[in-house]
Amino acid sequence: MQERSDLMQALFGRLTLDAIPYHEPILVWTFVAAAALGMALLAYIQKKRAWGTLWNDWFCSIDHKKIGVMYMVLGIVMLLRGFADAMMMRAQQAIAFGDATGYLPPHHYDQIFTAHGVIMIFFVAMPFVTGLMNYVVPLQIGARDVAFPFLNNFSFWMTTAGAVLVMLSLFVGEFATTGWLAYPPLSSIAYSPGVGVDYYIWALQIAGVGTLLSGVNLIVTIVKMRAPGMTLMKMPVFTWTALCTNVLIVAAFPVLTAVLALLSLDRYLGTAFFTNDFGGNAMMYVNLIWIWGHPEVYILILPIFGVFSEVVSTFCGKRLFGYASMVYATVVITILSYLVWLHHFFTMGSGASVNSFFGITTMIISIPTGAKMFNWLFTMYRGRIRFELPMLWTLGFMLTFVVGGMTGVLLAVPPADFVLHNSLFLIAHFHNVIIGGVVFGVFAGINYWFPKVAGFKLDEFWGKVSFWCWLVGFWVAFMPLYVLGLMGVTRRVSHFEDASLQIWFQIAAVCAVLIGLGILAFLVQIFVSIRRRERLRDATGDPWNGRTLEWSTASPPPAYNFAFTPRVHEQDAWFDMKQRGYRRPVAGFVPIHMPKNTAAGIVLAGISLVCGFALIWHIGWLAAASFVGLVAGAIAHTFNYDRDCHIPAEVVTRSEDRRTRQLAATGA
Amino acid sequence: MSARFPLRLSLLPPIALLAGCQAVVLQPSGDIAAQQRDLVVASTVLMLLVIVPVMVLTAVFAWRYRAGNRDAAYDPEWSHSTQLELAIWAAPLLIVIALGALTWIGTHTLDPFRPLSRIDASRGLPAEVKPLKVQVVALDWKWLFIYPDHGIASVGEMAAPVDVPIEFDITASTVMNAFFVPALAGQIYAMPGMQTKLHAVINRAGDYEGFSANYSGEGFSDMRFRFAGMSAADFDRWAASVKRAGGTLDRAEYLRLEKPSVREPVRHYARVTEGLFDAVVNLCVEPSKMCMRDMMAIDARGGLGLAGIYNVSRLAYDQPRARSAAPAREEYVTALCAVGPEATAAPADAPLYGFAVR
Repeated sequence: MQERSDLMQALFGRLTLDAIPYHEPILVWTFVAAAALGMALLAYIQKKRAWGTLWNDWFCSIDHKKIGVMYMVLGIVMLLRGFADAMMMRAQQAIAFGDATGYLPPHHYDQIFTAHGVIMIFFVAMPFVTGLMNYVVPLQIGARDVAFPFLNNFSFWMTTAGAVLVMLSLFVGEFATTGWLAYPPLSSIAYSPGVGVDYYIWALQIAGVGTLLSGVNLIVTIVKMRAPGMTLMKMPVFTWTALCTNVLIVAAFPVLTAVLALLSLDRYLGTAFFTNDFGGNAMMYVNLIWIWGHPEVYILILPIFGVFSEVVSTFCGKRLFGYASMVYATVVITILSYLVWLHHFFTMGSGASVNSFFGITTMIISIPTGAKMFNWLFTMYRGRIRFELPMLWTLGFMLTFVVGGMTGVLLAVPPADFVLHNSLFLIAHFHNVIIGGVVFGVFAGINYWFPKVAGFKLDEFWGKVSFWCWLVGFWVAFMPLYVLGLMGVTRRVSHFEDASLQIWFQIAAVCAVLIGLGILAFLVQIFVSIRRRERLRDATGDPWNGRTLEWSTASPPPAYNFAFTPRVHEQDAWFDMKQRGYRRPVAGFVPIHMPKNTAAGIVLAGISLVCGFALIWHIGWLAAASFVGLVAGAIAHTFNYDRDCHIPAEVVTRSEDRRTRQLAATGA
Repeated sequence: MSARFPLRLSLLPPIALLAGCQAVVLQPSGDIAAQQRDLVVASTVLMLLVIVPVMVLTAVFAWRYRAGNRDAAYDPEWSHSTQLELAIWAAPLLIVIALGALTWIGTHTLDPFRPLSRIDASRGLPAEVKPLKVQVVALDWKWLFIYPDHGIASVGEMAAPVDVPIEFDITASTVMNAFFVPALAGQIYAMPGMQTKLHAVINRAGDYEGFSANYSGEGFSDMRFRFAGMSAADFDRWAASVKRAGGTLDRAEYLRLEKPSVREPVRHYARVTEGLFDAVVNLCVEPSKMCMRDMMAIDARGGLGLAGIYNVSRLAYDQPRARSAAPAREEYVTALCAVGPEATAAPADAPLYGFAVR
């Protein structure tokens, strides 16, 4: 390669044609497939003439319901990417023994496991959880939208911009080869000189802005916008868990932002926070990232505990057992989650007393978690359990999660951790709690609230296929990893010598296909349900005999959610209203004050994406220009006074009358 | 009978698989790992006391209170019972108290920094026993073992006599690794500029696998070594054979050795420069580099102010080792500022720096 001219250097920074991996057949074919799919999608939108609808009614929408749905779509798309990474790892580990080096060289394999972790946590689990909270929380508290509707749209697009950067690294340059937390000194400029870690940093920084703002937004929404009468101890449990999760987000994410900022200073400006030189201290990074990282796992699981609480009580036709202890357990977990981070690195040589302290605080978290488990159990006791899909997922969760909880407490015993840390036992453990907990919970939530979103239920047959594929697939794909961990096999290894291990990896690989079928069945379920929507239609808005306010309104809910703000007297407000013979108002509607759609969110996030890309490739002028553009755009947006509108009374009346006719037709 | 035969036959492979599997974590050969295994088993049993009832009750309740079973009681308003809630908080609490006690004791007795107090479950530590000292350096991507008492070193292979306490001093050259021989004892991180310790003992002769348990980059997968437990006589023979092999691990050789390489063959060194491990920990194997301990001594006295800038180049460690295709530019400021003798005076326990070859 000839020396690049200064002009080229100034124009394109470190970006050259070599950054395009056209010599990697796997990536080329991935690109071809992705491009073909993308073209097909664009053609479909063109055919349906849906550009205007897509832009005006979705991309620019500040309706929390539409943003919630977009979060879920983002989660599903990224799940496919993350799962493809998982299958590539399973395939490599199943074949790379002895002289066979497999089909992935270390450099490629290392990017895949890093991307898998980053994507699954930040761009699958987080969007799913945020999406559920975004959709459900305002409806559950009887609000018309979140506190800051524009910020909500902006948050979503910032998260998406982060996801786009990660996806971009597949075809332009490379992704980090450091593992999903990018420990220095490995992630420092000396040992990771490529752009991979920069992609990692800027994707997380941009998405982190979105997550943090969305956290602030939902806290304010829950604190300030509950329907009259809904005191804190009358809030639905899902709203409680959402509140705690968002408190965790607001307290934890700035730490991630700060630690990544320090790492980028090390990489860009030659500071020495985490280097070996000049007295830098890599342990500081490890501490800081886990002070964010441990609360992060509770950020993911707490709302899911809320989902299970709603599902169990609804499908057992029974009040939730021990509401107050459920709330206290959630709050205790929220606080304790800040006191356990060191259990992620017992093996880095802290003293015995420090290790025991953090081991024991970790075990203490299992007490409120155990109490929650018993609360669900005793909600089932003397209930009338309907085994609809959400309940199936919940039962699958209860039977799977306890095992993950047990191995987790085991790992909290420092001497046990010394032999199990970094092993495949650890991998099996956290997949056990994340798949068995978060993923099962997300599917329970999707099946539970889908009728609210779409106005029709999801197909039961394909739902069951998906459930059984996931449940069986998880157990048979990850039990071999527990065994391998006990055989002393470490994570992140792309090539093995000991042939006696191979059979376990082969079992895991074959059984991971079952999980893939579960994902496929889920997509088929959605497709089939849309095709058969007339048969699956629910006109009542309350298909499960629900207990909380979201079931009191139409499915899908009107843009304003509630024509009149409900008044709450009891826990399980909607159940209480039904008990007392609540009659829906059918006249006297007034205009409703609502926020107006805006393109500012997607535009600002787009500029952030450009800025991130420019920083990754050291394109100075573009980074500066886009940063100035970002600040100017944000300021310009504050001068936009055309932010709200009134939905006229006639429109409200029309849509409420339609619901009245619908309800009359169902005989409800 | 004949129809069921294939079914039974199909059950054979998984059973054979489980029987044949070498779960080294559950069947270790060193006393420390064995005690860690005991803790794994004890904690698991303790937790199963609550896990099994929960799983059974989940299944039982799900079946008994299914909507189709109209015989089962239905009590939609029952949602509180003080006794029951006390019990569901108390049951996990009791288990955690027991487990916490086990943890506190186990963590302290099995602290890797703590010298051994026994050879195995039945034998105490003989009074006259002298532990084998081994200095471990995780290099990119191979393991260096220095035996300071023998003045020998080996790469990619380590030997130790059975039933003799081993005292490991562990560090790394560039990035984090974890030193792990599952048959011997739990892992401990190997980190550049820092030193960790591990005390362990191997009780059965044999060849065991050791490796890095923490991902450290491209060559990580093959960063394995043979850990050989052998009788005292065999160990002496092994040490003698290393001595005979010749070769000296001096600073120059170390700097050659630490360059990234994959699947490095086993090497032996008959002689090792004194103080080499200490220089590795202090990031000053290059003769031109200032040792971290000296820098810290200066800083502890308030530093050198602006004049300290001249020392910066003498502390640069990462850039010369950068893993990039282009060769790193080496820049050294040769001018030195004057430092008062008390500022750089080495601590009383300072090791010998220099090139003295034993």
